[in-house]
Amino acid sequence: MSTRYLTDGIAAISRGALEAGCDFFAGYPITPASGILMTMMREIPAHGGVAVQGEDEIASIGMCIGAAMAGSRAMTATSGPGMSLYSEQIGLAVMAEVPLVIVDVQRLGPATGGATTVGQGDVQFSRWGSSGGYPMIVLAPWSIPSSHRLTIEAFDLAERFRTPVILLTDKELALTINTVTELTDKPATVRSRPLDDTDQPPCRIGALDEVVPMRPYGASHTVRLTGSTHDENAYITKDPVVVETLNTHLRVKIEQHREEIERVHADFDPNSKVLVLSYGTTAGACLEAADLSRQAGTPVSVLVIESLWPVPETAIAEALQGIDTIVVAELNHGQYIREIQLIAGDREVRGVNRVDGHQITPGQIMEALA
Amino acid sequence: MTTTVIDLDTLRNERQFPFCPGCGHSTILDALDAALVRRGTAPEKTVIVTDIGCAGLSDQYFATSGLHGLHGRSITYATGIKLARPDLDVIVIMGDGGTGIGGAHLLAAARRNIGITLIVMNNFNFGMTGGQHSSTTPEGATTSTTPLGNLERPLDIRSTVAVNGSAYSWRGTSFDDDLVDRIEEAMGVDGFALLDVWELCTAYYVRTNTISRKTIHDIMGGLGLDPGLVVASEPRTEFAAALHAMAGQLPPAPPPKPTPTSHRSLIDGRFVLEAAGSAGGKVRSAVRIVAAAGVRSGLFTAQHDDYPTTVKKGHSASTVVFDPDPIRYAGADHPDAVVALTTDGVNRIRSTITAMAAESTIVAPVGLDLPETAARVIRLDPKNSPTRLGPASMAPALISAAAVMLGIVSPEAIRDAAAGFRSADAFEAGVALVDAIGSD
Ligand SMILES: Cc1ncc(C[n+]2csc(CCOP(=O)(O)OP(=O)(O)O)c2C)c(N)n1
Ligand code: SF4
Ligand SMILES: [Mg+2]
Repeated sequence: MSTRYLTDGIAAISRGALEAGCDFFAGYPITPASGILMTMMREIPAHGGVAVQGEDEIASIGMCIGAAMAGSRAMTATSGPGMSLYSEQIGLAVMAEVPLVIVDVQRLGPATGGATTVGQGDVQFSRWGSSGGYPMIVLAPWSIPSSHRLTIEAFDLAERFRTPVILLTDKELALTINTVTELTDKPATVRSRPLDDTDQPPCRIGALDEVVPMRPYGASHTVRLTGSTHDENAYITKDPVVVETLNTHLRVKIEQHREEIERVHADFDPNSKVLVLSYGTTAGACLEAADLSRQAGTPVSVLVIESLWPVPETAIAEALQGIDTIVVAELNHGQYIREIQLIAGDREVRGVNRVDGHQITPGQIMEALA
Repeated sequence: MTTTVIDLDTLRNERQFPFCPGCGHSTILDALDAALVRRGTAPEKTVIVTDIGCAGLSDQYFATSGLHGLHGRSITYATGIKLARPDLDVIVIMGDGGTGIGGAHLLAAARRNIGITLIVMNNFNFGMTGGQHSSTTPEGATTSTTPLGNLERPLDIRSTVAVNGSAYSWRGTSFDDDLVDRIEEAMGVDGFALLDVWELCTAYYVRTNTISRKTIHDIMGGLGLDPGLVVASEPRTEFAAALHAMAGQLPPAPPPKPTPTSHRSLIDGRFVLEAAGSAGGKVRSAVRIVAAAGVRSGLFTAQHDDYPTTVKKGHSASTVVFDPDPIRYAGADHPDAVVALTTDGVNRIRSTITAMAAESTIVAPVGLDLPETAARVIRLDPKNSPTRLGPASMAPALISAAAVMLGIVSPEAIRDAAAGFRSADAFEAGVALVDAIGSD
C-alpha cells in the first residue's frame, strides 16, 4: 500500500516556503491564514531566519519589502481583508521590482465576510487589486501536493521576474486535513538570486523585457529604490521617454514571458466536446465529476488552471480544440469566466457558481454537463 | 551607481535640494550630512528610507543607499531592512504627515526598540499637497483645511514614543546649534531613536500662522511641548538583535511522518461521518484520531471542522470523509452517519439530522433529545462503560464506538491511532460500549 500522510494546505505551504529558502516572514493574524503565521513564527527562527508578527498587514508586507530588498527571501500570508490592506504596498513591490511571495487564503467576502467560510472571490482582485493595473503573477493550488509545489514555484517566479507573486488558495484547501500519498506532486526548485554587485545604475533598463539582477542593501555598492516613477538611479522623473520605458518594462517583462509562467493540470478525454475549467478547491469536484461522467459513458475533459494570471492562453487554446461547450466552476459570482468568454469564440460558456459558503459539488458539475 | 561623492567631507551627491527658499528641510538634511560624515559609516552600509511629501524627496540628495516608500510606511521598510541586515545604519526621514497616517508603525517601532533612527521633519502641515493640517498642527492654527482654526490637539511625538519604549527621544528645531550632535548621537543608539525636528514650511504654514525662527521655542513652551531629550531609563535589547538571538533556539519541526497502514476497513465506498457536540468536548480531536485510524486501515480521509470563533462556547462539529480512493472533493453535505453528542451539537446540525435517509445512522447517548428523522438511531449508554465517562471523554468514546460499529475501522486501528494520546482510555471505553451492545 502507498505511503499515506494526513496533512493540510497550511502545512504544505509553510513547508514549501521553508524548502524554497524563505528566511523572512511577516504577517498579521487572520482566519484562515493564521496557521501559516504561527508555523513560520515557530519554524523560521529554527531554520536561522527572522519572522515577525506585524502591527497590521500594511506593516507586515512593508517589512517583507524591506527585508527582500536587503537580500532576504520573504513571504507574507493573509486573507481578503488583509489583501485589501496590502494593496498599496503591492504596487510599491511592483514598481521597485521586489521579489516577494504573498499568500491569500481566500474566505467568503465582502468585508469581514465569512471568516471560516470558503470562497474564491479574490480572483479578479488578486489581478487588479493595486493601482495602475500592472501585471500580477497569481498561482492557485488545487490540492495539498500542489500547494507545496506551487509555493516553491511562486518563490522561483518572484526571483525570475523580480516581482511579487500571489499564491491564491482558499479556506477549504488550507484547513481541510486530507490524506495524500505524496507531499508534493512534482519536484520544484528556486533559482538563486543573481547579485548585481556592479556600480551600474541599479534600476537600469536594457531590453524592455529584461530583468536586471537585484542589488541588495549592504552589497559593495549603493543602491536606490523607489515607489515613484524613476530613472535608472531611482531618481524621480517625469521625462516621458523614461517614464514610458519604465512602465512598459514592468508590463512586458511578464507578458512577453507568459510561457514561463503558464501552469495547468489537464485531465483530457480526446472524445470530449465539453471542457470543465476550474481552479483551487473547486477543481477537486470537477475532476470527481469527470470521472463519474466517464463511468456513465460520457467523455469529459477537465482543465485546472494553476497560473490564473497571466491567463494561460496557450494552454487554454490547446484545451479548447474539439470543444464546443465550456463549464467554468468557481465559488464566486463568475469572475474567471470573463477571461474564458474572451477566448471562447462561439463556444457556449456556462458558469457554475456558489456563494452560500458551501463548496460546488460534483453533482452540480454533472448537472451543468447535462 | 553613476552618482559620485563629490567631496570626501560629505555624503551628499551633486544634486541640489529642491526645497522652497527657507524651508527647514534643507537645514535638517545639511545637519544629517554632517552627522553622517562624523559617524563615518560607508555609504553602501547606510540606507536612508524616506516617507512621502517634500520630506520624502530627501533620499535623492545623498550618496548613500536609499529607499523612497509610501506615505506613512517608511518605518515598515526600515524595520524589514534592519531585521534582514542588522549591521546597516538605517535612517528614516518622515514628515509630520507620516506620523499621522503611519502612527501604528511609529508606536510599534518604539515598542519593539528597533534600531533605526527616525527624523521627523515636523513643519505642522502637509507641505507637498498644499498646506493641509496634520497630526502636529497646533490647536487654533490656520491651514488650508482649517480655515477657522484647527480643533485637534497636536500629537506629542516625543512623549508618545518615549513612554512606549523608545531608547532615545529628542525634540528640537532645525535652528538648534546641537542638531548635528543630536543626529550623530541618535545614530549611535542601539535601539529606536527619534528626532522630532520642528521647522518652517515657508510656502504654507508660515504664511497663515505666526511662527519664525525667533518664536518657535516660545511656541513649543506655549503648547507644553518643551524641547529636549528623553533617554530610556532601563536599556532594552534592540529588536533585531533580540530576534536574531532567538534563531536556532528551538529545533526545526521534524518532517511529516507517514501514517502506517497495517489495518483493514470493512467499507468499500465513500462514507461520511459527522460528529456534533459542544465546544471543549474534544469533538475535533476525537474525529482526528478516528480519521487517523481510517488511514491506518487503508482508507483516505478528509476532515473539516465547524466551530464558532469563540472556541470555548457553543457547538463544535467535525465531518470526516472515509474513502478507499483519494479524496478530491472533501465536501460532505449528506452524512451517512452522525454522532450526536450534546444539545449544542444537535442544534447545530438539526436540519442535517432531519434530512437523513433511512439507510443512515445516528449514534447518540441515551436521553439526548433528537429531532424527527428517518435515520436508524443507536443509543449508547455511557453507564455501560468500564470507566466513568466525563464530558471530555464522551466524544472520543461515542465517536470510536460509532466508527467500530459501522465497520469503518477496527478496535485495533483505533487503539493504534489513539496510542500515546491522553484520551486513549476514552477511545478504549468506546470500543467497550460496542461490546456492551453486543451482549444486550
Ligand atoms: C496613501 C497616500 N495618501 C495621500 C498621499 C498624498 N500626499 C502626498 S504628500 C502628503 C503629505 C505630506 O506631508 P508631510 O508628511 O508632512 O511632508 P511635507 O510635505 O510637509 O514635508 C500627502 C497626504 C499619498 N502620497 N499617499
Ligand atoms: S512646500 Fe513647504 S515643506 Fe515643501 S519644500 Fe516648500 S517649504 Fe518645504
Ligand atoms: Mg509636513
